[in-house]
Amino acid sequence: MKFSKLVASAAILAWASAANATETLSMWYHGAGNEVESKIINQIIADFNAAQTDWKVELQSFPQAAYNDSVVAGALAGNLPDILDVDGPNMPNWAWAGYMQPLKIDEAKIANFLPGTKGIWNGQLYSIGLWDAAIALTTRQSTLDELGLRKPTADAPWTKDEFMAALDAAKASGKFEYALDLGTAWTGEWYPYAFSPLMQSFGGDIVDRSTYKTAEGALNGEAAQAFGAWWQGLFTGGYAQATQDGADRDSGFASGKYAFSWNGNWAALGALEAHPDTVFLPAPDLGNGPKIGAASWQFGVSATSKHPEGAAAFIEFALQDKYLADFSNGIGLIPATPTAAAMVDNYKEGGPLADFVTYSSKFGMVRPVTPGYVVQAKVFEKALADIAQGADVAATLDAAVDEINADIEKNQGYGH
Amino acid sequence: MAMISGDNHGLRLAVRYTVLLLIALIFIFPLVFMVMSSLKPDQQLLVDASSLRAFLPVGDISLNNYLAAFERAPVGLFVFNSVLVTGVTVALSLLICSAAGFAFVFINWKGRGVILSVLLATLIVPFETIAIPMLLMVSKLPWLGMDGLTWGWLNSYHVQIIPFIADGLTIFLFVQYFKDLPGELIEAARVEGASWWQIYRRIVMPLSGPILATAAILKFLAMYNQYLWPLMVTQEEGYRPVMVGLQYFFQLNIAWGEVMAYLSLITLPVLGFYLYLQKAFIASIASTGVKG
Repeated sequence: MKFSKLVASAAILAWASAANATETLSMWYHGAGNEVESKIINQIIADFNAAQTDWKVELQSFPQAAYNDSVVAGALAGNLPDILDVDGPNMPNWAWAGYMQPLKIDEAKIANFLPGTKGIWNGQLYSIGLWDAAIALTTRQSTLDELGLRKPTADAPWTKDEFMAALDAAKASGKFEYALDLGTAWTGEWYPYAFSPLMQSFGGDIVDRSTYKTAEGALNGEAAQAFGAWWQGLFTGGYAQATQDGADRDSGFASGKYAFSWNGNWAALGALEAHPDTVFLPAPDLGNGPKIGAASWQFGVSATSKHPEGAAAFIEFALQDKYLADFSNGIGLIPATPTAAAMVDNYKEGGPLADFVTYSSKFGMVRPVTPGYVVQAKVFEKALADIAQGADVAATLDAAVDEINADIEKNQGYGH
Repeated sequence: MAMISGDNHGLRLAVRYTVLLLIALIFIFPLVFMVMSSLKPDQQLLVDASSLRAFLPVGDISLNNYLAAFERAPVGLFVFNSVLVTGVTVALSLLICSAAGFAFVFINWKGRGVILSVLLATLIVPFETIAIPMLLMVSKLPWLGMDGLTWGWLNSYHVQIIPFIADGLTIFLFVQYFKDLPGELIEAARVEGASWWQIYRRIVMPLSGPILATAAILKFLAMYNQYLWPLMVTQEEGYRPVMVGLQYFFQLNIAWGEVMAYLSLITLPVLGFYLYLQKAFIASIASTGVKG
């Protein structure tokens, strides 16, 4: 009798401890080397681990420059974590390649998130971001005054003619080495992120988004050709540098080398520090409305995760306004929700960077949502760099279209 | 007459040393730039970069970049990992590749010519082309360690060491060197009844100082500069080497002073190792030149 009681007690204890067992969730994040970012993500993990007993998240941080390669290698070796973060435009590729699975979270909780923070592919949510980034035309109020220029607003942005007149005025003043800093020193994703919206404002695009099966007509159509000619004119006209020194990109606006700088909100506080009268103007309307790039880093669940519900629980936990505000305060990015923005001095109404929230929500446009984007981005970058260096616009865009279409064909349409 | 000849000699020496000095400066300037820049704040570094001040310890000099580098990344851990992986690989490589070279040159066995040709052919295969098959292979291999039998070599030191112990270039270097050793020595030893192991250890190896130094330096540099492979196989920070660690410093706004401080720190082991083996390395290059 005693023995059977003992066995029964042991069985109950074993069942109870199994029921209460804490499962470990592995997580990869791109913030290694960034002390502030690491501190915030570690705090979220510590809070999550302390708030419940079902899951314990363990973080492995990677340097950003090596992150994508590490994930691809991890996927090849069958060694992906439960939770990973992904740069917004890469998400469709990772989902298509089978690295990620749809993210099952309460979508009511992300209803008020900025559109660029939601990673949607094939009609399903795969990733969600705690922040977004935005670009503005950075200049000084004193420059606008000296050149006699109207200050554009989100409701009344500069037209193409006004924008060119502003560049002409800056050039004619003789006060600046170049009228416009485009950031051509930054290669890679900067090109499609910063410059493809300018093409979209002309009416062109990297790829035909209605089918995602061709770039014909989008990247080499009339609007794209007009953009290409305008883009080349910025360099041949002496408004901007086709080849820029990295140091000029970092400090050229602060030192007065440029009148206008096409730059992101992450550089905004530095600009304000250098010139307290810095203003952040909306993108010009080049014919089809002002456009800027959207979508930054987002969280998702790997396809091989054995605990997608735990991974989703962590991601849902991280979406609290206080964490959105912490990230914004820490690394200067735009909080994903208006309520979190109101908690951040820089982005609350009347804050020095509040315009970026408006630009992000009004003009933000995600890059082509297709697995082929990773290739298309590189083709687009090369085409723009070549045109900036004087290559024939029509021939270069036609060649880019051929390259993109060949890649789409090679990959059987990427599932579109 | 003698005076004119003496003047000419002096002039020739002066020209020669001036040219040598200029060449030396070209090679040493990047290192001086790196060290000097590591002592300056970012803004000054960028301004100085366009003038000779870039090579001088002037302005706001401090060790702040070094302190910041240690705060940003576990520099000591990365250097330790690299030195450990590199040191063990170099030691094992010298042993295995010299033994292979010995077998190719001194031992008569069927097919050695074909196998040596195949080994040499591997020199034309870039590592990038075999990286992914290797990754798939090592991710499934068994390993018997402190935790018993485990599957998959990822996130370990041995995954960074074992695939690089033997390589065609190092074996080829030993083969070429051994071919020039006097064959009579080996024959005499065989007549005296020495085993192959004794000949390898007592006769060939003591005569191979220069080639050991050359092979060690080349292997050291290749291993210390490894980036792609460790990036693919080490997801855990605890096993990452210095070159992967360098990426910690390339954030959106790059802190160039910290980059230079980190580079200065990770260059020290390479310089130390080279200086230690310098004489033997030069002797090896010189003797190769004479024979060639």
